[in-house]
Amino acid sequence: MATDKETGTFQVKTGLAQMLKGGVIMDVVNAEQAKIAEDAGACSVMALERVPADIRADGGVARMSDPSMIEDIMKSVTIPVMAKVRIGHFVEARILESIGIDYIDESEVLTPADEEHHVWKHDFKVPFVCGCRDLGEALRRIGEGAAMIRTKGEAGTGDVVEAVRHMRTVQKQMRRVQGMGDDELAAYAKEIGASLDLVREVKTLGRMPVVNFAAGGVATPADAALMMHLGADGVFVGSGVFKAANRTATTEEASLRAKAIVKAVTHFEDASAVADASRGLGEAMVGISVRSIGVEEQLATRGW
Amino acid sequence: MNPIVGVLALQGDFQEHIASFRRLGADTREVRTEAQLAAVDSLVVPGGESTSMAKLMDIYGLREPLVAFARSGKPVWGTCAGLILLASRLQEQRPEPLGIMDTVVQRNGFGRQVDSFETDLDIAGVAGGPYHAIFIRAPKIVEIGPSVEALATLEDGTIVAARERNVLVTAFHPELTTDDRVHGFFLAMAAEVAAR
Repeated sequence: MATDKETGTFQVKTGLAQMLKGGVIMDVVNAEQAKIAEDAGACSVMALERVPADIRADGGVARMSDPSMIEDIMKSVTIPVMAKVRIGHFVEARILESIGIDYIDESEVLTPADEEHHVWKHDFKVPFVCGCRDLGEALRRIGEGAAMIRTKGEAGTGDVVEAVRHMRTVQKQMRRVQGMGDDELAAYAKEIGASLDLVREVKTLGRMPVVNFAAGGVATPADAALMMHLGADGVFVGSGVFKAANRTATTEEASLRAKAIVKAVTHFEDASAVADASRGLGEAMVGISVRSIGVEEQLATRGW
Repeated sequence: MNPIVGVLALQGDFQEHIASFRRLGADTREVRTEAQLAAVDSLVVPGGESTSMAKLMDIYGLREPLVAFARSGKPVWGTCAGLILLASRLQEQRPEPLGIMDTVVQRNGFGRQVDSFETDLDIAGVAGGPYHAIFIRAPKIVEIGPSVEALATLEDGTIVAARERNVLVTAFHPELTTDDRVHGFFLAMAAEVAAR
């Protein structure tokens, strides 16, 4: 006979991220795009008013999306729906929690609301995903209650170089921790600004304590497969599916690309499958080299 | 030769299942293609997103081979999304399940993510006291056929683990814990089926 039910535990929050593994999470701006993503095999969608490429082009302050727009998307698909809040904006997070969102992305893609503090995520029943550039940043977010981590690649550029840098850095630092004696961990925890307990957990587990996805600048099936080879548990795709050159992709184009990226993630170890997925995808989104944009304009520098 | 446990690896927490079986010393393989399916003696359909997995089964042509695998009497275990995919009918329009077990299932039967929960369960055939079960956007079995046996229920009577001959389903995720008793139960079931 079952006893009491416990909801909102860290285990059920990290557990949902584990269900998303080996999958692709796609940015969508309306119910129609959400259905295209779901039909292509996406394991979740990120509901937002503008994809990062447009946020970057438009400039100004980017905020949480209109709840009614997010609710439309929640009604249109059965896969979990995520949405973004500004860094530190716990009221936006409470709003999303109250409408029943499945995951919150506390995201540098939106304009930060607090330049010092991130949301204290342990207080929420809804799980959070946060970005990181290195192991210290990942463990700081997990310490605050993040149940899933992603790289902080430059969103909206179609340039995968930053996501690669972040994933390689995290993997390299985790290997370093593996090779350290127990007496070296405290100094290392201090050096990377993370809690000793979490650094010890990384050593014991031999991996990140939560699921770690790749995000930011992933534009093609090959990019997605590259991130999986580098150790990502799955991939977020922003503007790469629904943007073609400077316009919105047609339904056929978007559907083809969405399927191609999903296939490349499932079969990332099979180069001929990734080759098949890469054929005839048409005009890719416009790319902006990260090297051509100033540090001030780089979204990854938001948050600490 | 030791029987080989296959874990469907299209999407979801297949690595967690593999880790559980390896702790028990079972020979385990990832299954993504028809050829890989032909090389295993039993199959786990893991937790994950049932819609994604159903789409991927169709895109990669695995639907018919999976149904044939189960019909041949080989042991099959579905956890959460796997329970959905093995059902004969869903209350919703999509995705189309495989129709391997005589059950009617409601997806996200307990609510959205904020309603996901943990609880202790008694499972028939699993000795050693209550089992700590983790339910994530879990499905609900709303009807079972006459040959389906309920193995565990919640206080309100909802069936959360069931068996029909060679097929086992759990609405929760034993692979998310290090308590490997349900994985052991499946291996025993597989041995029993193989001995026939």
